[in-house]
Amino acid sequence: MPPLRNASSDPPTPASPPPSGPLPGERGGWEVVIGMEVHVQPRTRSKMFCGCAVGQPGDPPNSNVCEICLGMPGVLPVINKAAVEACLKTALALSCEIPRHTKFDRKNYMYPDLPKGYQISQYDLPMSVTGYLELDGRRVRVRRVHLEEDTGKLIHAGDKLHKARESFVDLNRAGVPLMEIVTEPDLRSADEARDYAVAVRTLLRTIGASDADMEKGQLRAEPNISIRRAGSTELGVKTELKNINSFRALHRAILFEVARQTEVLESGGTVVQETRGWSDAEQRTFSQRSKEFAEDYRYFPEPDLPPLELDAEWIEELRRALPELPGVRRSRLVSQYGLPTADAVLIAADRDHADLFEAAVAEGADAKPTANWIIGEVAPSGKLPKPGALADTVKLVSAGKITRDQGREVLAESVETGRAAAEIVARHGFAQLSDESAVQAEVEAVMAANPQAVADYRAGKKQALGALMADLKKRSPQANPKVASELLLRLLG
Amino acid sequence: MTDLTRLTVKEAGRLLRLHSISSAELVTAHVERIERLDRRVKAFLRFTPELWEKQAEEADERIRQGDPGPLVGIPMAVKDVLCVRGVETTAGSQILKGFRAPYTGTAVARLFAAGAVMLGVTNCDEFAMGSSTENSSYHPTHNPWDLDRVPGGSSGGSAAAVAAGEAMIALGTDTGGSIRQPAALCGVVGMKPTYGRVSRYGLIAFASSLDQIGPFARCVDDAAITLALMAGPDPLDATSSDRAGLDVLNNYAEGVKGMRLGVPREYYAVQGIEPGVKAAVDRAIQTFRDAGAEIVDVSLPHTDYGLAAYYIIAPAECSSNLARFDGVRYGISSDDAENVTEAYMRTRRKGFGTEVRRRVMLGTYALSSGYYDAYYLKAQKVRTLIKRDFDDAFQKCDAIVSATSPTVAFPMGSKTQDPLSMYLCDVLTLGGNLAGLPGISVPCGMSEGLPVGLQVLAPQWGENVALRVARAYEQASGVKAEVAPLA
Repeated sequence: MPPLRNASSDPPTPASPPPSGPLPGERGGWEVVIGMEVHVQPRTRSKMFCGCAVGQPGDPPNSNVCEICLGMPGVLPVINKAAVEACLKTALALSCEIPRHTKFDRKNYMYPDLPKGYQISQYDLPMSVTGYLELDGRRVRVRRVHLEEDTGKLIHAGDKLHKARESFVDLNRAGVPLMEIVTEPDLRSADEARDYAVAVRTLLRTIGASDADMEKGQLRAEPNISIRRAGSTELGVKTELKNINSFRALHRAILFEVARQTEVLESGGTVVQETRGWSDAEQRTFSQRSKEFAEDYRYFPEPDLPPLELDAEWIEELRRALPELPGVRRSRLVSQYGLPTADAVLIAADRDHADLFEAAVAEGADAKPTANWIIGEVAPSGKLPKPGALADTVKLVSAGKITRDQGREVLAESVETGRAAAEIVARHGFAQLSDESAVQAEVEAVMAANPQAVADYRAGKKQALGALMADLKKRSPQANPKVASELLLRLLG
Repeated sequence: MTDLTRLTVKEAGRLLRLHSISSAELVTAHVERIERLDRRVKAFLRFTPELWEKQAEEADERIRQGDPGPLVGIPMAVKDVLCVRGVETTAGSQILKGFRAPYTGTAVARLFAAGAVMLGVTNCDEFAMGSSTENSSYHPTHNPWDLDRVPGGSSGGSAAAVAAGEAMIALGTDTGGSIRQPAALCGVVGMKPTYGRVSRYGLIAFASSLDQIGPFARCVDDAAITLALMAGPDPLDATSSDRAGLDVLNNYAEGVKGMRLGVPREYYAVQGIEPGVKAAVDRAIQTFRDAGAEIVDVSLPHTDYGLAAYYIIAPAECSSNLARFDGVRYGISSDDAENVTEAYMRTRRKGFGTEVRRRVMLGTYALSSGYYDAYYLKAQKVRTLIKRDFDDAFQKCDAIVSATSPTVAFPMGSKTQDPLSMYLCDVLTLGGNLAGLPGISVPCGMSEGLPVGLQVLAPQWGENVALRVARAYEQASGVKAEVAPLA
């Protein structure tokens, strides 16, 4: 158990000094300061405070609802333990402190997507405080990770709210659990902000806290952006960006917002503190709500939920059960297997891939070709072969027993059918012809079939060799290309 | 022939199990009495004949099968803040007019499972905010002992129904005294359990940290058994305790001999206490002495601040709890608004009465940024001091006895123009809510021809202690809750 401290009296964890001055890729003379709020839907079966299924984006409107998440009179919330567990795992993976006491609060505002007229969230005693995420060797400080509930969705007939004839309310998402991960303003560029968000996703998937699928709305990033004169230590006026639904949009929205704020300040204007949306269609941010008219949320402790006293033993258990985190594993892939850092980054970004890599190497495949196969073949296919099948394929290709193309087929078929690599090779007769006498017959046949090409080559048109090799590959796919090309050269010469 | 509407639960149960009467007959007797009297008392807002027919039939079948359950076939009334599936439940408010609850709350469901038969929905102050039932948006309820006087509130309908012999037991809710005060004014037994003893699931919240559901009955035994059968842990209410409901009956039939009963001097001398009420309480104290209890002087020094703290905390919570009544999903709705804010304002202005609007505004203000520390936080600190007062007092005594209400039932209309004088009705009861304690009111005689109530407060989870003291008084004094002498 870490020292238990009250959130508000916490001194900040010392961070590595952020690089000073303008960063490459940003406009000169200004420093970009970004803090990030990431909303993540933890992996749970049911909603935050009732037994309804969390559902899927395509579910019919108002199909995953009950009297509790509809905010009927007389209902009460009950905390979903799986959501608390996911939040604690996330906090632990981000090296946060977990105070022994935490509680939920009501954030009061009225809107048709908020059935109770308040959102149950956490205000001054969040589930965790002061952690960090290692990003390219420096620490992005995490201020807090807390739990809350999502709101429903409004669908307006017509494109704009104020012009809509009718509006419809879908409360399927109302009450879906959300973790909010809030950083200190430690990010200094659009690249960093995106890398941070990607790293958070990797971390969440690795520890199994969330599927963090942005397309399904399971991960939403909301950057707070301000700029200041390089060297200044005061924070500028920030804007908060919402509605960002991809890493690409996140990157572009920040670049746009930085450029916009720079232009405003350089033309003598002032940045207005506000919430801005991102339009993917127009590739620009637009003003949504000025903070000057900010609501008073009248936070107060949720009287329907007693304060949570977190069991130190449970937290220790969760800490012990955490898998190796992506940053640690990345370093180990380099030191233990001698992988180039670039490969290690790509493989460690997905826990399944990293597990596959290590298992395949354990089955005797060489590390570097195994990494190549995972990065080049497995990752793009989105399908996971069995470690044995991958190891055998890598070994067969490396040993020249089958061609790389055949290797791809073997892998694909093993995923499909579960058959062993050797069996697939045998069924298709993929075994490569490496025996010189056998290959020689094939080469001679090709030469006989392409007299013109042979003549051309001998007359000095070296490119004719390509045509001959191509025909050889077509006629005799099993022929070992290396043996075949040596033979061909010899016979032509 | 026995008048079936004057029986206690225990007596009725005996007759039911002897097959001398059927539940259907018992229910019919009550329905006939309601038909005869309730035009004048107006305890009920609506009746549930489909339920009472079905439930009485089921109860009679259960009795035929030999079910010894003490509430099987017993006619019950339910306050209009407790959700019952398919029954219009409005919290005495226009904003929920026509709202049929899609589910049955835990306490009611448990009593249904225990075989109780629901007669109907009783009147109350709108969202349980009031002490006279005059804040009901439908109609006031009249005190069966004097139809020109109030029955108390907010659970005035339930208290009046039991006092008038229109129901054998009834359910109420108590946020600052809303069960105990009307019980006192109507001359019946009413009990507020320890906070967390009875699940609040299905109770339309007024102030979540203070609300508790409790029973009305015409004797302590009936209240005890009703409470025991609806209490106990509920997975749907995170604030419900895991203590078993039947714990409330532990040793409760033993007398008060050797017990130390505290009389808080601040309660005894509370502002506005009527001499007749004081005299009745004095007689009760003497009865306890005679029964072998030791009477000790105790102090609750922060009593004066209780009312102020209560009128910050309760409105603050209600301002948030009532936000859901927005006309979007249920209840009345304004359909001629230009935008969503206007729709909210119109719906709520039309749907909420004056007292509810006053408290929503008070609470909104108390929670506002810049005022939170001065009001809500301060009130919570006072609440802690009040809890400590009780802790200290219970070092010296096993239970606290006092008047339940400083006055007997007051004339209708006499306090409606002066909210502060109405708030003072709860001065002796709301401490129990702030401290989460169990409290019971039992009839302790009459003053000016009207019932006086004796309040017994016990430490947290000490329902059995409160019931024991109340029952001992009932036995020793011979004062019984009687059906009011209505023609």
